[in-house]
Amino acid sequence: MTSALGKDLLGLEFLSSEQIRLILDTAEPFKEISERSIKKVPALRGSTIVNLFFENSTRTRISFEFAEKRLSADTVNVSASGSSVQKGETLVDTARNLEAMRIDMVVIRHSASGAAQFLAERIESNVINAGDGTHEHPTQGLLDLLTLRDHLGDLTGKRVCICGDVLHSRVARSNIWGLKHVGAEVAVCGPRSLLPNAIEEFGVTVFERIEEAIEWADALNVLRLQLERMTAGYIPSSREYNRVFGVSRERLERAPRDILILHPGPMNRGVEIDSDVADGPHSVILHQVTNGVAIRMAVLYLLAGGRPELAEAAKGGRP
Amino acid sequence: MSARPIILQGGRVLDPSRDFDETADILIVDGKIESSSGKVGSRDDAEIIDCAGLIVSPGFIDVHCHLREPGREDVETIATGARAAAAGGFTAVCAMPNTDPVTDNQAAVGFIIRQAQRANASRVHVIGAISVGQKGETLAEMGEMVAAGAVAFSDDGRPVVSAQLMRTALEYARSFSIPVIDHCEEPTLSHGGSMNEGIVSARLGLKGIPSEAEEIMVIRDILLARRTGGHVHLAHMSTAGSVELIRWGKERGINVTAEVCPHHISLTEDRVEGYDTNAKMNPPLRTAKDVESLRNAVKDGTIDLIATDHAPHHYDEKEREFADAPNGIIGLETALAVSVTNLVETGHIDFRTLVDKMSCAPARLFGLPGGSLGRGTVADVTVFDPSREWDVDPSEFRTKGRNTPYVGMRLKGRAVCTIVGGNLVHRL
Repeated sequence: MTSALGKDLLGLEFLSSEQIRLILDTAEPFKEISERSIKKVPALRGSTIVNLFFENSTRTRISFEFAEKRLSADTVNVSASGSSVQKGETLVDTARNLEAMRIDMVVIRHSASGAAQFLAERIESNVINAGDGTHEHPTQGLLDLLTLRDHLGDLTGKRVCICGDVLHSRVARSNIWGLKHVGAEVAVCGPRSLLPNAIEEFGVTVFERIEEAIEWADALNVLRLQLERMTAGYIPSSREYNRVFGVSRERLERAPRDILILHPGPMNRGVEIDSDVADGPHSVILHQVTNGVAIRMAVLYLLAGGRPELAEAAKGGRP
Repeated sequence: MSARPIILQGGRVLDPSRDFDETADILIVDGKIESSSGKVGSRDDAEIIDCAGLIVSPGFIDVHCHLREPGREDVETIATGARAAAAGGFTAVCAMPNTDPVTDNQAAVGFIIRQAQRANASRVHVIGAISVGQKGETLAEMGEMVAAGAVAFSDDGRPVVSAQLMRTALEYARSFSIPVIDHCEEPTLSHGGSMNEGIVSARLGLKGIPSEAEEIMVIRDILLARRTGGHVHLAHMSTAGSVELIRWGKERGINVTAEVCPHHISLTEDRVEGYDTNAKMNPPLRTAKDVESLRNAVKDGTIDLIATDHAPHHYDEKEREFADAPNGIIGLETALAVSVTNLVETGHIDFRTLVDKMSCAPARLFGLPGGSLGRGTVADVTVFDPSREWDVDPSEFRTKGRNTPYVGMRLKGRAVCTIVGGNLVHRL
């Protein structure tokens, strides 16, 4: 049975707004499962899922694992280090071998843009992109949308600014597409050396200064500044980055309205975001993490062919 | 051993070198053109090939291909490359020196020439390396390589990063009157890039190569050619900006020539969508504006010739993550059809200009035999069907490579006969 999302979830760019709303709506009933003392429903009982993480990840991998386990799937984790990948096995061979063991789904995190699509085109199993290079990280984009919707309601016309290293960020791309699909206004703000040269062609506003972004936005999604960007010479120093582009309490206090602060994690406190902002009243960062499990449950459920209108029932115990 | 005489009967003989374009017969005797205008009476000893409806032109010459031998005989050999050339209508190709070991000395040049003789298909000329090991440090022994048969120099695959080395190469090569070919790429700008920089690279999350990475080296090389008086030949031009710079150089009488590859006048960066590694090459596919500018540059003569940059790879090497896949596509067996379809059919040039760009200009600029059907010239002849349509099926190719973005495409124009030194080396 073809799912409402198709075979795979590779990115948000080519999803329809209806599909995105469907995932967000399906996540709603799944939120409650994680609040129970027995956090388990049998929706994916008998399904085998491989979490194929070629890049290090803590939050995303654990979040997927919880989502899978809470839906009663059988899961296996494969990481690049200590596996056949380290022995030089190619991605396509790794995938074919896994599939030969008759699996149902693969969750893949890989450092190469396009790796998830590459895999999806070569195996029968459903593929979920858990982050491919600097391309997309669709479940992160979805959990950000869910968190924004929880706090702002309907996102049509809401203003969200993505701050920081958009050039190297898969989170940024998934956010831009996801937000545009649901009708939000999207802006980016960061040093031009960390924005794609063609950024305006995404149909987003560009703010040169963080103060302008704060004055404009209903929410800021603050990206992690990876330290290797400094050594690669994109910006002079993390100290200067904080001074010019950092989200500080002082800057937020000048905002004309309450601004939500999101961050995909892990944070560099004192670089892109100050601690009193991360821990302060505007921050919904931990709410994002909680929503991450529900979003991933919804995606797993829908890709497995689960019918959205039955999500509420699935939650009750029937497969 | 000389083959039987051949009579190519009743074709449209198109020979820009003599400003000749008429229905005529060609008589080939002892490896030479014996007659190439008017009718030829029948001879009992001759093989007669009916060329009605076909174009008979001086043999195509590709000044830029990678035959992989020595070093990667699993991917291509000089023999398979020479047969692929014949099938594509090329009577001669020039092999780039980025083999393993690098073609940077007279012995290596001699090896390629011997392998080509054994292959007994299209001619293979040798391009020697500019620098020892293509390392960009010290000048290779150009004089000895020329004596062994090298026809040009290039570190292709790698840019000549040092402006001083490029200057010296241009000066030194003047003694031998042969061109120095540069792969124009400013490596600090292109570093880590795997496609054109623009909205598509930004969307796909692939590091882009800006057009300026090419253009900066194009203008550097043109200025060095002006300083030294040497002949610089710019390989695989891909941007509208490069076209403007070359035009600037030519207007000032600077000794610069340039080539374009069929893929850069037919495909755009959009072809990378879906991370198709057969759309990955260096320089990368650019934008529609660049394609149009390059087509017009072929028309107005800013671009002197068409070259394939034929670059076979093993399918395993292309079957991987986009950023890690090697650059390049095969081109010998599609070049004619891609050019007919994207330059002639589109109205940019006529067949006369096409033959000039694929045969006469390469022979003239690189000082190679062929490029003419004049009486007494070596009998390197291509007979092609200008209107024959065919679907690209790489499994039918003579090259070992299967890495082509044209798979399944319907193209127009196909080589029917290829004659090298009076020998029929390909017949469809």
